Amino acid sequence: MKFTIGWLKEHLDTKFKDYEIIDKLTDVGLEVESYEKASSDLDNFKVAKIINTEQHPNADKLKVCDVDIGEQNTVKVVCGAPNAKNDLLTVYAGPGSVIPKNNMKLTVSKIRGVTSYGMLCSESELNLSNESHGITELKSNKYSDKVGKNFFKNNSEKVVDLSITPNRPDCLGVRGVARDLAAAGVGKLKNSSNIKIKNNGSQKIQVSITKDKNQGCTIFGSCFIKDVTNKESPKWLKDKIISLGQKPISAIVDITNYVMLDLNRPLHAYDADKIDKEIIVRTSNKDETFEALDNKEYKLDNDMCVISDQSGVLGLGGIIGGTRSGTNLNTKNILLESAYFLPRSIRKTSKLLNIDTDAKFRFERGIDPQSIEIGLKKAAQLITKICGGSVSKFDVQSIRKYKKNNIKFKIALFEKIAGFKIKDKEIIKILIDLGFEVSKKKSELELKIPTWRPDIIQPIDVVEEIVRIKGFNNIKTLEPEKKRIKDTLNKQQKLFHFLQRSVASKGYFETVTWSFTDSKLNSFFKENYREIKIVNPISSDLDVLRNSIFPNLIFYLKKNLDRGFKDIAFFEIGPIFKDNKPGEQLTIIGGIKSGKISRLNWNEENRSIDVFDAKKDIIQTLIEAGYSRQSLFVREKSPSYYHPGKSGSVYLDKDDIDPVGYFGEIHPNIIKKLDVKTEALVGFEIYLDYLKDKKLKIKESKSKFQISDYQKSDRDFAFVVDKKFKAQDLIEIISSIDQSLIKSVKIFDVYEGENIPKDKKSIAINVTIQSSEKTLDEKDLEKINKLIISTVEIKSGAKIRS
Amino acid sequence: MSDIKKIKDEFLNKLSTDLKIESVNQIKSELFGKNGKISNSFKNLGSLPAEERKKFASDLNFIKDELQEKINKKIQEIEIKEINSKLENEKVDITLPERNIVQGKIHPVSQVIDEISSIFSEIGFSVEEGPDVENEHYNFTALNTPDNHPARDMHDTFYLDDKKQLLLRTHTSPVQVRTMLKGKPPFKIIAPGRTYRSDSDQTHAPMFHQVEGLHIDKNINMGHLKGCLNYFIKSFFEVDKIKMRLRPSHFPFTEPSAEVDIGYELKDGKIVIGEGDKWLEILGCGMVHPNVLKNVKINPDKYQGYAFGIGIDRLAMLKYGINDLRAFFETDYRWLNHFGFDPLDVPSNYRGLSR
Repeated sequence: MKFTIGWLKEHLDTKFKDYEIIDKLTDVGLEVESYEKASSDLDNFKVAKIINTEQHPNADKLKVCDVDIGEQNTVKVVCGAPNAKNDLLTVYAGPGSVIPKNNMKLTVSKIRGVTSYGMLCSESELNLSNESHGITELKSNKYSDKVGKNFFKNNSEKVVDLSITPNRPDCLGVRGVARDLAAAGVGKLKNSSNIKIKNNGSQKIQVSITKDKNQGCTIFGSCFIKDVTNKESPKWLKDKIISLGQKPISAIVDITNYVMLDLNRPLHAYDADKIDKEIIVRTSNKDETFEALDNKEYKLDNDMCVISDQSGVLGLGGIIGGTRSGTNLNTKNILLESAYFLPRSIRKTSKLLNIDTDAKFRFERGIDPQSIEIGLKKAAQLITKICGGSVSKFDVQSIRKYKKNNIKFKIALFEKIAGFKIKDKEIIKILIDLGFEVSKKKSELELKIPTWRPDIIQPIDVVEEIVRIKGFNNIKTLEPEKKRIKDTLNKQQKLFHFLQRSVASKGYFETVTWSFTDSKLNSFFKENYREIKIVNPISSDLDVLRNSIFPNLIFYLKKNLDRGFKDIAFFEIGPIFKDNKPGEQLTIIGGIKSGKISRLNWNEENRSIDVFDAKKDIIQTLIEAGYSRQSLFVREKSPSYYHPGKSGSVYLDKDDIDPVGYFGEIHPNIIKKLDVKTEALVGFEIYLDYLKDKKLKIKESKSKFQISDYQKSDRDFAFVVDKKFKAQDLIEIISSIDQSLIKSVKIFDVYEGENIPKDKKSIAINVTIQSSEKTLDEKDLEKINKLIISTVEIKSGAKIRS
Repeated sequence: MSDIKKIKDEFLNKLSTDLKIESVNQIKSELFGKNGKISNSFKNLGSLPAEERKKFASDLNFIKDELQEKINKKIQEIEIKEINSKLENEKVDITLPERNIVQGKIHPVSQVIDEISSIFSEIGFSVEEGPDVENEHYNFTALNTPDNHPARDMHDTFYLDDKKQLLLRTHTSPVQVRTMLKGKPPFKIIAPGRTYRSDSDQTHAPMFHQVEGLHIDKNINMGHLKGCLNYFIKSFFEVDKIKMRLRPSHFPFTEPSAEVDIGYELKDGKIVIGEGDKWLEILGCGMVHPNVLKNVKINPDKYQGYAFGIGIDRLAMLKYGINDLRAFFETDYRWLNHFGFDPLDVPSNYRGLSR
C-alpha cells in the first residue's frame, strides 16, 4: 500500500512532522517498508560531456561521439546534431529512457552500422523549448562539475510504502490509514467531503444478480454517465498515479484507480455502448471463455462470479474486466460499477485462474459493503468534472443486507489480556475514533462495528484495537517465573541429544540437509518404503521426501570430494519418511566416512576405512548411550545399499526381531553409479525410534561394586572352524561356559590359508580366567581349559589346533 | 687408629675421582671383601686391649659407614650418569606432528537449539515435538486459518497430495495444537524443529528451523509474554541490556499479535545486538486466539496465554555472524568446520551457553 504524506493530509488534519507520522504508522501496526522518492523515468537523463567526436563512417551528417556520463568508461553515441563538438556539455539519455516529447523508448541500436548507446537530446525533445535544431547546450559555469548527475530534479514527493497485514483491508485506502493515525493521536480525521452531484434520469441498463447457489456477488451498484469525453488525466491526478509507481492510462481508468486507492473502494468502468442490452451477474458455466484486460484469454470453470450481458461474459466480478467492454479514449458513455463480492468466491476464482489484481487483492480481504454509493459518488463527480457528461441515478441491486455487527465487550477483558489498565474513557475514545459506535452499560460496552472492519468479530479483536492504538510500549515486562513443572527433555529427546554429540565426538561433522531429495538418488536407498512425491517441488532434483538419510549425505560427500577433500566424515540426525501421513516418519542418526585412516602421517601406516571402522562407531555409540556390549548382537542381514559381504545389522539383544541399526561399506555399484571418487566409503544408521528405553535410570543401574583380587590367568587357544562360522558365536559359546570364571574372551588372530583346509579358518582366542573365591591352581586351570575345548568343539564343530 | 684413618682418607680420595663402575666395585671388595681392609680390621678387634677395643670398634664402625655410604653414592652417581648419556642418544624431534587428531563438529543449528532449550528450561518450559508432515487441519484450520484465508498466501506450502490435504508443515505452530489436544492446561512448552516453505533465494531456504513457544495458564497476559521474550533475548545474545520493541502485527492464530524488533548497530560490518538505533525483526508472537483454544477444547474464558515463533537459523546467523542462510544446508566441509561447535561444548545453565 503506497501513498504520499500530501495525499494522507487530504484526510488527516495534523501538525505532526513527517518522520513522526512514519514512526506512528509502525507503532499502530501499519509497518512502514520504505519511505523514499519513487524513481522516475526522468532519472535517466544525465548531464554529459562530449569528449571526442568523429565522422560517422557511413553517413555524412552523423557523428560518433565519445560521451562522458560520469562513469568509468565513456559511451559511444551516434548524433546528427550540427552543434555536437568536443567539450560540449549536454543532456544524455541512456537506453531505457523515454523521450518526454514523443514518448519514444530508447534502446541500444545500430545506426548505419555503428552501435549507439543512448542519445544526446535537444531542448525540444526534453520539452524545455521548441529548439530542435541541435542538442542542448549547457553552460559550463553551471554544469561543468555536474557531469553524470541527473539533469532533471526529482520533485516527486516521498512515497510511504506500507506492508498491510491481511486483516486490515480498510488500510488499503489512504482514508483508512488516516483514521488509524487520528485514533492514535496524530491529528484529526477530516470529515469526508460532502459530495454533491446531480443525478439525471434513471440508470437505463438493467442489472440483475441471479440467485445461483454459489453467487459471489451480493450487491451491484451502478450509474450511467453519458456524453463523456475521455482524455488524458490532468496533472494532479497523473502525478498521484505516478507517485505510486502506476501508469496513468486515461482519465476514466485513472479516476477509478484513484478512488480505489483513496477509499479502498474498487470500481469498474464499462464502455456502455459495448454492453449487449443488460447486465447479468451470475455464476459461470464450465468452459465459458473471455478475454481479460490483461489481454489473456481465460477459460472458466463452474461457479465463478461473472458480470455478463446477453452476448456473454464481460468480466470476472471483482477480479478483472474484459476487453470487449473496456473503455478507451473514444468512449462516450460509461457504466460505472461499484459492487460487493464475497472474499471466498474471489479467492477461489483468482487462485484457480492464477490472476492477481489490485481489485482482487482488496475484495478477497473484504471491502466495506456500505461503500457502494460513496464510491460511485466520488468517481462520478470526478468524471463529470474532468470528462464532462451527466450522471444517472444510482441503481443498487442487492441480494443480501449488510448491517453493523454488534459485540458486547467486557471492559475488564482488556486488562486481563493486556496486563495493564487504562481509563474507560480512553478506551471509549479510541473505539469511537476508529469508527465504532459505543454505548456503555456498566462494566460492559455495547459496540457496533464499522462495516469497513471485517476483521473485528469478537471481544478479543477489540482488545487488540485498544492495545495497538494505546501503544505496545505500555505493556509491562514481567520477569519470568523460574519454576519447572516438567522435565525439559523426555527420554527420547535426551537420547537424541546424547547420540548427536556422541557421534560428533568420533570425528564426524554434523550436517543438516533438506528433508527432501532427488528421486533418482533416493531410489538407491528407499528399500521397501513408498516414494513420497512433492506435488510442487522447489526444483525437479528435490522432488521426493527422503526415505533414507544417505542420499543427501552421499550427494554432499561427493561435492566435498570434488572440492579436493579426501578423508571426510559427516553425520546427520533427522527424519526419514515412510509414507506421506503425519507421524509416518522415523528419526535416524546416520554417518558416512570416506578415504583413509592416517593419510600422510609420518609415523603411522595409512589404510583405507573399512567396515570395522563403521562397526566401531555404531557399537561405541550404542555403548556410550548405555547399552551393554555383551547384549548387543550383530547379524549379516542389511539393506541392499550396503556391500552384501561387508555389512551388518545390530540388535540390542540376540532375541530381538528388529535391528536398531545398520553399518557397512556402501555397495560398490552405488559408488560407481554415483561416481563417488574415494578409496573407501562406509556408513552406519541408528534408528532412534527402535532404541528401547533402558529400563533402569543411571542411578538405578549402578550395581554393587564387586571385584576379585585373586590372580588372573590367561590362556590362548586356536580353533579351526568352518569359514561360515561366526566369531561372535564362538565368543558367546566360551563366555557362557562359566561366567563366574571366564572374565573376558578376545580374538587376537584370524587366519586362512596355508596349513588350513580351504573351507576353514583358524581363530586365535585369548581367555582371561579368574575366580572371585581363590587363586586357581594348575589343576583348576587345566579343568577349565578342557571344558573350553570340549564345549567349543561340540557346539561349533571346531577343532583345537595343536 | 691412625691406620684406619689412613685407609679412610686414602679411599675417600680414590672415590672422589672420576671412576667407572668396575673400579668402584673393585674398591668395594678391597675394603669389604673377604680380605678387605675394613673386614680385616674387624677381625683384628679381638687382639686389642679391652680399654682400646671399645673406642676402636666405635671408630671403625663409623668409618665403615662413611665409606659404605660414599660407595653407594658413587654407584648411584655413575648409574644416573650412564642413563643420562643413554637418554641423550634417545632424543626425538619433539616438534614432529602428534598422531592424527579427529575432531567432530556440531552444526550451528543444533548448537543454537540446545542454547534455546537451555534458556527456556530455566524458566520452566519443556520441549515438545511434532511431525514434519502435517495435514491441512493442524497446519492451518485448527490455527484459525481457514481455507480461502489470505494469510495462507503468506505461506508457500509444499503439498504431498493433489487435494492439498497433506503438506510439509510451514511453521512449528501445529505442535501447539497437538500438545494441547493430548494434555490438559497449564502448558509451558517450546517446540523446535524443521519447517518448510517453497521459497528459495539468498535469504530464504525451502527448509529452515523454527522454535515455537506456548504458555497457557489462568492469568497469563501480554506482560508475561514481553517478560519472557526479554529474558530469552538477553540470555541468548549474552548481553545485559537489550532494546526490544513489540510492534502490532497479524497472525491468524494470535490476537493481539505482535512482531518483535531488537535494537542493533553495525560495527565494522558486524551486527551488534543491544545497542544502536536500528531495528531488526526477529520473531512473531501474540496471545493465543480464543478460536485456537476452542479448537483444542480449552475454555478461553478460563485459560489464556501467549505463543511465539522464532527463526532458529536467523538467530544463529545473528549471534555467530553468519551471512548466508543457504550455506547452513549445503554441507560444505570448510563451512561446517568453521561455524561448527566442539561436541563437548554443551550449552547448559551452570556452565553458561557458550565459552
